[in-house]
Amino acid sequence: MARRYDSSTTTFSPEGRLHQVEYAIEAINNAGTCVGILAKDGIVMASEKRVTSGLLAPSKAGSTSFLIHGSESRTSSEKTYKLCQHAACNVAGLTADANILIDQARLKAGRYEYQYCEEIPIEQLVEHVCNYKQAYTQYGGLRPFGVAFLFAGYDQHNGFQLYQSDPSGNYSGWKATVIGANNQAGKSLLKNEYGSSSAEEKEGEMKVEGVAEEIAMPDINEALRLAVKVLNKTMDATATSPEKMELFCMTLKDGACVHKIMSKEETQKVIDEVEAESSAAGDS
Amino acid sequence: MDSVFGVEYDGGVIIASDQNNARSILTYQTNLDKVAELSSHSAMGVSGPNADLVNFSQYISKNLALYELSNNGLKLSPHAQANFTRGELATALRKGPYQVNIMLGGYDTIKNQASLYWLDHLAAMAKVNYGAQGYASSFCLSIMDRDWKEGLNQEQAVAIVEKCIKELQVRFLIAQPNFIIKAIDKDGVNTLSFGADPADN
Repeated sequence: MARRYDSSTTTFSPEGRLHQVEYAIEAINNAGTCVGILAKDGIVMASEKRVTSGLLAPSKAGSTSFLIHGSESRTSSEKTYKLCQHAACNVAGLTADANILIDQARLKAGRYEYQYCEEIPIEQLVEHVCNYKQAYTQYGGLRPFGVAFLFAGYDQHNGFQLYQSDPSGNYSGWKATVIGANNQAGKSLLKNEYGSSSAEEKEGEMKVEGVAEEIAMPDINEALRLAVKVLNKTMDATATSPEKMELFCMTLKDGACVHKIMSKEETQKVIDEVEAESSAAGDS
Repeated sequence: MDSVFGVEYDGGVIIASDQNNARSILTYQTNLDKVAELSSHSAMGVSGPNADLVNFSQYISKNLALYELSNNGLKLSPHAQANFTRGELATALRKGPYQVNIMLGGYDTIKNQASLYWLDHLAAMAKVNYGAQGYASSFCLSIMDRDWKEGLNQEQAVAIVEKCIKELQVRFLIAQPNFIIKAIDKDGVNTLSFGADPADN
């Protein structure tokens, strides 16, 4: 019955749904997982790399934006894209679609700076991309973009911010969230573990149900460990290795944003720390 | 013929201008307010033909209001406002220029800092500690050069402004009996004094 209302993006079904948009959202649930976590001194975005072949050459196009601070080598990125000096995004979904939207975001950020000589507030950047996506759900008869984003950025008004957006053009701000494959499992883990810092501290306390607890924001290192923990849960493979994940973090140094993709060694270090934590807590 | 000038002090900025509205041999009014309030914490003194003065200052202030409405009350810093204003002058320059010269002052409530900008009708812009547009510059800049220093308070800044006004009233050919003085600080835009009440229309 819904079939009749499937094909046109710009027609409501009798139940009041836009099927094409929903199918686009479904497409993302098959994509590589991305986790985003807001820390008090920065943002972490971790993603699952679905690189299937050892023959794939490291992308040269992605390599220019992420210079490892102080060193000559460049890291290439598959999932993380720099939008401007103070914003970056993670992609889940059709990469080709994402490229168009990333161009839009970079243009918007650039034009804003041209006009105001100031960095664009992150929410405005996100809203612009989302408005662009929304147009494809209302006019033109073209299919929606099969992309979900995690936007991470910093501005002087609201500090560090994390946003998630989907093909419908909806967006929301998060302290921590997951998109892509197995995102429900990831989100439930975050719900339990985000905000409760080291388990040791809370041992003696009783958790009172129903009372709003103070969420203690993690610092960048805790956030990195939590992100790896989430990826461990959402990824199919039992053993996680640095090749399969990409860790990105954004911090502030001397008033300017630093975008960093962790190297293989640094990623391995975080994985080891998570491993040590879980075995110490007695998890199998 | 308009006198527009400004002085920055520690924690704020003063913008002052004469209140004459005249053309050719006629004085239309002597209580015009040429210091347009742009937003809660910024104002610009504008000189030029009355049409451009009013049109341009309203165009900028309405666009700034639109920005705040469109972005959940987010405000543009004085730096961004000045660059936006300059951009509008630049775009119009090779189409139909606005013949306005401006002193733009504002207080950044996030960085807690005041700033003053000099903009002219050719879309040049400079961030300054003090400045003047038009003939007033010939009379006032030397006074400001001598008396301005870092860390002035509002009283001292107003004293410099009043010295400039007195100089103009004594030495400038065109009679400008009334001046309006506004201060912008953390509490917003405040009219300190005027020669004639602009509301008295």
